[in-house]
Amino acid sequence: MWTWFYKLASPPYVYGVAAALMPWFLGFAAIAIGYGLIGGLVFAPPDYQQGDAFRIIYVHVPSAWMSEFVYTTMAVAGAIALIWRIKVGFAVAGASAPIGASFTLLALVTGSMWGKPMWGTYWAWDPRLTSELILLFLYVGVMSLRSAFEDPARGDRAAALLAIVGAVNIPIIHYSVVWWNSLHQAATVAKLGKPSIEGSMLWPLLSMFVGFMLFHGAVLCLRLQGEVLNRERQSAWVREAINS
Amino acid sequence: MNSSFWYMGGYARYVWPCVAFACAVLVWNFWSAQRYLAAAKRRAARGLAMAASEAR
Repeated sequence: MWTWFYKLASPPYVYGVAAALMPWFLGFAAIAIGYGLIGGLVFAPPDYQQGDAFRIIYVHVPSAWMSEFVYTTMAVAGAIALIWRIKVGFAVAGASAPIGASFTLLALVTGSMWGKPMWGTYWAWDPRLTSELILLFLYVGVMSLRSAFEDPARGDRAAALLAIVGAVNIPIIHYSVVWWNSLHQAATVAKLGKPSIEGSMLWPLLSMFVGFMLFHGAVLCLRLQGEVLNRERQSAWVREAINS
Repeated sequence: MNSSFWYMGGYARYVWPCVAFACAVLVWNFWSAQRYLAAAKRRAARGLAMAASEAR
C-alpha cells in the first residue's frame, strides 16, 4: 500500500496515471450524468410541496457537495505537500482550485434560482448561503495568491496555507443548517439513518453525484497533467510525454 | 416531449436556466482544462527545443 502511496509522489507516474484514467472517468461520468438528468427531469415525480421546481436539486445538490469535496481535496493535498514536501501535492491543489470554484459558483447560482420561487428572494444572508459564498471567495483567494508571487514555489506554499486555514469553513457550511436558524432546508440525503427522500427521486440524485465526482476526476486528470508539465519542464521524461 | 414537460409546472424559467448553466459549467471545465494542458505541452516543447538548440 505504501509503495503505491510513494509512487504518487513521482511526477511521471502521476502524469501517466492521469492520462490513462481521464477517458474512463469522462465516459462513466457521461453515463451517470445522462441517467441522472433523464431520471430527475423526466421520470421523478413532482414534489408534493415544491412541484417541479424541486428538480433544480439535480444540479444544485451535486454541485454543492462537490464544492465542499474539492475544497477538502485541495486542503489535504496542500497539507501533504507542505508536510512531506511532495510537489505533486501542490499540483493537485493547483489543479483543484478552478474546478472547485466553478462548482461553488454553480451551487450558488442554482440555489439562488431555486430560492426565488420557494423563498421569494434570490438571495438572503442566511448562514448556509453566506458560508458557501465565503467558500467561493476562498477559492478565488487561493487562485489569486498562487499567481501573486514571482517564485511559483512561494505561491504554492502560500496558497496551500490559505487552503488549509480556509478548511475551517467546510464544517461550518455543512452544519450551518443545524447550528443556526436557517432558511435552507436541513440534510435530506446525507444524514444518519434513512434519507427522507423517495427512491425514484433519490437514485437520479445519487447518479448525478457520482457523475459529478467522475467528471471532476476527468477534469482533474487533465489539469493535473498540465500542472505537472509546467513544474517538470526541464525533466528528461517530459520529452517522451509530450510526444506521446 | 410534450409541452407540460417543458412547462415544468410553471417553474420552467427557473428549472431550465439552472440545467443550461450546469451544462455550461461542465463544458467550460472540460474545455478550459484541455486548453490548459495543450498550453503546458506547447511550453514544454518550446523549452525542450530551446535546450536542444543551445546544446548544439
